[in-house]
Amino acid sequence: MESIELLINRKKVKVEVDSNTPLLWVLRDHLSLVGTKYGCGIAQCGACTVWLDGEPMRSCVLPVSAVGKSAVTTIEGLNEKAEHPVQVAWDELDVPQCGYCQAGQIMTAAALLKKNPKPSHDDIVAGMSGNICRCGTYHRIHNAVKRASEIASASNSSKKK
Amino acid sequence: MKTTRRSFIQKTALLSGVFSLGFDWFESKANAGIIQQMNPVLDANRFNAFLSIENTGKVILYSPNPEIGQGIKTAFPIVVAEELDVDWKQVEVRQANLDTQLFERQVTGGSGALKHSWERLRKAGATARQMLVQAAAQQWGVDAISCKTSKGFVIGPNKGQKLAYGALVDAASKLPVPSEVTYKSRSDYQLIGSFVKGVDNYKVLTGKPQYGLDTQKSGMVVAQIVRPPAFGSTLVSFDAAEVKKMPGIIDVVSFKNKVAVVGKSTWEVMQARKKLVCSYSDTSNLESDSTHQKWFDEGMKTDKVKVERKDGDFHAAIAKAAKVIEATYECPFLSHTPMEPMNFFADVRPGSILLAGPTQVPQSAQKAVATLLGVPENTIQVELTKMGGGFGRRLNNDYALEAAELSSIIKMPVKVMWTREDDMTGGIYRPAVRYHFKAGLNEKGEMIAFYLRGVGLNAGNSTRQDNFPVGAIDNVLIESFNYNSAITTGPWRAPITNFLASAEQSFLDEVAAAAGKDPIQMRLDWLQKVKTNPVGKITYEPDRFIEVIKQVAEKAKWGKKGANVHQGFSVYFSHLSYVAQVAEAKIVDGEAKVTHLTAVTDCGEVINRSGAENQVIGGIIDGYGHAMFSKLSFDKGVPQQKNFDTYKLIRGNEIPTVEAHFVNNGIAPTGLGEPALPPTGGAVANALFAATKKRLYRQPFAGPDNANL
Repeated sequence: MESIELLINRKKVKVEVDSNTPLLWVLRDHLSLVGTKYGCGIAQCGACTVWLDGEPMRSCVLPVSAVGKSAVTTIEGLNEKAEHPVQVAWDELDVPQCGYCQAGQIMTAAALLKKNPKPSHDDIVAGMSGNICRCGTYHRIHNAVKRASEIASASNSSKKK
Repeated sequence: MKTTRRSFIQKTALLSGVFSLGFDWFESKANAGIIQQMNPVLDANRFNAFLSIENTGKVILYSPNPEIGQGIKTAFPIVVAEELDVDWKQVEVRQANLDTQLFERQVTGGSGALKHSWERLRKAGATARQMLVQAAAQQWGVDAISCKTSKGFVIGPNKGQKLAYGALVDAASKLPVPSEVTYKSRSDYQLIGSFVKGVDNYKVLTGKPQYGLDTQKSGMVVAQIVRPPAFGSTLVSFDAAEVKKMPGIIDVVSFKNKVAVVGKSTWEVMQARKKLVCSYSDTSNLESDSTHQKWFDEGMKTDKVKVERKDGDFHAAIAKAAKVIEATYECPFLSHTPMEPMNFFADVRPGSILLAGPTQVPQSAQKAVATLLGVPENTIQVELTKMGGGFGRRLNNDYALEAAELSSIIKMPVKVMWTREDDMTGGIYRPAVRYHFKAGLNEKGEMIAFYLRGVGLNAGNSTRQDNFPVGAIDNVLIESFNYNSAITTGPWRAPITNFLASAEQSFLDEVAAAAGKDPIQMRLDWLQKVKTNPVGKITYEPDRFIEVIKQVAEKAKWGKKGANVHQGFSVYFSHLSYVAQVAEAKIVDGEAKVTHLTAVTDCGEVINRSGAENQVIGGIIDGYGHAMFSKLSFDKGVPQQKNFDTYKLIRGNEIPTVEAHFVNNGIAPTGLGEPALPPTGGAVANALFAATKKRLYRQPFAGPDNANL
């Protein structure tokens, strides 16, 4: 057991856990942040995707000791009012079916758009293909990433005005 | 439409200003004649009514059926809100827990919920609306017929007469329940058939706890269960000494061939269970894929079959056929792999048991736990959580029973969680099945004889003997044979038809080719015959079949897409809905690739355009992905795929585009969770044949061994 300090969703927290514990289980079991999902435990499905300093990571295989001072962002920290362009687009296109994989999809999509604000269809398909959706919502996921990109760009241009 | 007061349960809570109507009032023998007064305290906590309206105007609709992603929690309330005539923004939808007194059929399975509840839902809304109108009419001293409603208001005939439902609740709840209610006409629908977003979207998008695995209860411990690695293995003994030394471990207990490791946190339990040493004894004939092949071969030869259907004389007809076509098709076992693995919470205490978690059949969980623990059913509460998919896996409550049994042993509230490996290797699969088809054509190329034998492993009757094209063919023989395997199986989205349809629709494509007929025209000719002169009992409506076929031919531009687009047709009737599909394949860099699917569905009235598209497109991607890629194989009783690194599910870079069209004919709605899946495999195989001239007989199509069987 170690006492580990973490920066999660802009808040400092301290947990007493084995340092090998994957970040996923620290979030879910110790911090009651259950929005990040367990799907496979071997970094295959992407349901557990969170950001480490803005980079998407598979939290199910990331030992908490490796997080260090990096800022962790989970679905709970993306935007509580669901006003992030990706969340807005996901709702507008009614992407979720069972919804279980969607936190991971959204975190992946939002990270993708940060790097590539105007992705082509091929960029979107490639960028999202690491995340499994068992309900088969892939078409709406792809369309929603595109839509989120439009929403973000409209909001940026209106800010400039 | 008459509702007698005698058969109506009216629940009123006058003091709280809440007006609620029970869900299952009519034709419910158990509850006939009950008119209940409930006190407001009970009301506030109840989860036992279907519709309530608060003085504020807020409308709370309780959705009784378990939500696995099929969208029922949005679809049910749409129907009630439409007939109640409220603004959807005023509606809050809540998941009802199991309540066998108030609700019927709290089941997610068989795509049967809307079919079962359509009339009940409409009546719930329309009855309440009529009572609110009556209350307003009395207040104004006008005739109720002169009043109308709009978005949560009653509007009277005279200027300024407008009252919100919330203001009418107290008066309305004192009125007698009307003996007749009038429904909206279809042309006035505002919600039904529109694009309505999922009621849980906000929670999903912001990561709020709602799934079984998110359950946290006071004093709760977590557990994982080690099960025998092979089907056919029995636990002899175990050594948990090292496990118990591991941090965070509370207990290790054994029951029913299993060992449960109980601890404080998930990761600690995951680590500790690796230290468990178990010894197992194996039965002498642990099953491998080769065992199953041998059984299929034997099953195709045995005369101990069950005859499922016989029309005319198949043997005589095939003997004089001008042409005979035969083919054999096979599918492997499949895991359900919902993204949320199996889990359940149980808190077993003397005299009261709380269960919470993902189940498609909560009442069965209640009954099974009552039997297991020898307690009355009414001492068991079941809370329904949202489910991260189900696909039929959660029709089996084995994991809920594990939680209940473990809690009863350790005397603690416990959440049992299956890891992905537990989930994939722990049993209850889509059964492996082999089919053999035979067709006899006369000189004119008409099918005069049709034969099907299904051989399944724990599949029961692996045929659907009364389904089309049966009814159009004079001489039919359909047989099934079932092997009892140690590998456990259960319903998997569109049970049996998920592969039967693929095999049959591929075979009929071969028949059409042999007969020199267009596969669509061949079906239309048969359906004309069924209309005028059906052979034996049929379970489908030929006109509805004809309509989806004609529409898909038009939408997909059947036969008109040019030489580079290779089309495959398929149509299937299941769960009372009709779905026709055309798949398109193209040769890309020398390889055939399925690029597009067009589907036309007749599920009667489309309740939610968004949800309906989701179910059809999702069902097609599900059907396509599993037909192409997925397989669970066995070696000496042990599943060879344990996680998504070896068990392949379709990903977003592998999908064809899909168009979903609906006939939307206003007939009472039927199921949509399953019917789009069965036709897909056949349409895909037929398109790939058109592109490559190679028939596909064995799923997964993209697997290594697609040789003819």
